[in-house]
Amino acid sequence: MREIWKNLSLRALRVWQRDADVYFTTWKTEFLPPLLEPILYVFAFGLGLGQLIHEVHYQGRSLGYLPFMAPGVIAIAVMFWAFFETTFSSYVRMYYQKTYDAIVATPLLVEDVILGEILWATTKAVIAATIMLVVLTALRLVAWPSGLLVIPIAAVGGLLFAGLGLVTTSMVKAISQFNVAIFLVIMPMFTFGGTFFPVDILPPWALGVAWCLPLTHISLLTRAAVLGWPHPMAVWSAAYVGLAALGLTALALWRMKRRLVP
Amino acid sequence: MPDVSTPDRNPAIIARDLAKTYGAVEAVRGVSFDVAPGEVVGFLGPNGAGKTTTVRMISCFYPPTAGAASVYGLDVRSKPREVKRMLGICPQEDNLDPDFDVLKNLLVYGRYFGIPQKEIRLRAEELLELVQLSDRKKSAIAELSGGMKRRLILARALLNNPRVLILDEPTTGLDPQARHAIWTRIRALRATGVTVLLTTHYMEEAAQLCDRVIVIDNGQVLLEGSPQSLVDREVGRTVVEAWNFDEGFEAFLRGIPGRIELVGDRLYFYPREADHVERLLDERFPHQERLIRRATLEDVFLKLTGRALRD
Repeated sequence: MREIWKNLSLRALRVWQRDADVYFTTWKTEFLPPLLEPILYVFAFGLGLGQLIHEVHYQGRSLGYLPFMAPGVIAIAVMFWAFFETTFSSYVRMYYQKTYDAIVATPLLVEDVILGEILWATTKAVIAATIMLVVLTALRLVAWPSGLLVIPIAAVGGLLFAGLGLVTTSMVKAISQFNVAIFLVIMPMFTFGGTFFPVDILPPWALGVAWCLPLTHISLLTRAAVLGWPHPMAVWSAAYVGLAALGLTALALWRMKRRLVP
Repeated sequence: MPDVSTPDRNPAIIARDLAKTYGAVEAVRGVSFDVAPGEVVGFLGPNGAGKTTTVRMISCFYPPTAGAASVYGLDVRSKPREVKRMLGICPQEDNLDPDFDVLKNLLVYGRYFGIPQKEIRLRAEELLELVQLSDRKKSAIAELSGGMKRRLILARALLNNPRVLILDEPTTGLDPQARHAIWTRIRALRATGVTVLLTTHYMEEAAQLCDRVIVIDNGQVLLEGSPQSLVDREVGRTVVEAWNFDEGFEAFLRGIPGRIELVGDRLYFYPREADHVERLLDERFPHQERLIRRATLEDVFLKLTGRALRD
């Protein structure tokens, strides 16, 4: 682990740059999903489900279903974009395209490749969150300037899920095994991570589980930022997300190095 | 750990007792060799002999389990970035970046070396000219033929003006035209003084390109020398191949000093003295179906590593 730490360098940015170059050559199609996703959610849940749920009680106040749900959608996007990038996309680059092999034939080390991939996935999550923020602002669902905090939240949350994704990549034996991780880890967070309903309405045991899920904390933070309502738990959530992000990044570096260097 | 640091004018590559173990598999078991600056050295061996693992240790991809290696005096374990800066690596598998076109592949690769963009662009244009891909700059990688991909990989390996070129099976899977095109390039590079370390299981490739070959099997060096000296030393100058022969013919050959090998329905005879064999056979067995040919590196290889199939 000490050697990994020693080998970390800014050269990782070359790998980040490579991924960014690929992304921006096809930016028109890349930008579309984060642009359309919130609109889709807003229509489906806001207009559909919102008809059934007139108000949500959150932090002792009540608000419409759409304003409640919208910040959760940003948190989900951060999770999906970062996690998918370091699972499916990284695996394709590592296993099928042999891109990592090509890169480590240059002065870059395996550590640079791993860190570059994590940083790129984080960036992708930030881009998605920013686009959504713009769309939701246009729909008058964002309080300013606190809404701007979504960007640093997306950066730290993105780092967390990029690290988690790469830890998963270090373990799978075939690309299809990612579906297991998505079913066991990502989908429970998607549904129970404080995204579509406030977690406090859960029975105590489920509430305990929900508080362990990183997405619960990320959605708490995006919601506080987007609504402009300071949350008493926010500092703890930020600490949890920050520490988990660093821990998972370190774990990803260690596990991936073991996978890539026999 | 053996001392592998060297002052100037000493070998370009030094490897001492290199070993690599994957779990319980000993892929390389104590390989030592030197490569002089400007020399072309080929690793020859069947599949799984340990060739690729050895060059991967020299390329700083895998840390050696034991032993040490250096490139121009820099230790591969402690100075991987500096070593790789001097290397041009052509891998066995195509790992061009399919997300970029031909030119962009070189531009992005140059960036990994920290070469300024303007300089990479000039160098990329030059190299594409050299490997005759100038008209394919904007082509997607998937549109290239196998030979074109190999040429582009060679161009990519030359982007950083390497002092040592490492070619892992540079022509495997290519048609004869493409193979000769690559050989021509490698010979031209050799004339510029680049040190080349290559692996191959094509004997002809080794004979065509290498000053020296190192035959490796089961993770160990069996033999090394110039292609011709190995042939002379190990199998002599001439080989007699015969088929549809009877016991009398075989018994006759056994009376001549040399070595006989029977493979399926074919007989190989490596005479110690080649001079009179052809005349003798013409006199005694004028109708025997046979072929008398010059011995090649392939005969050496099969003698040393056996004829059993490897995977």
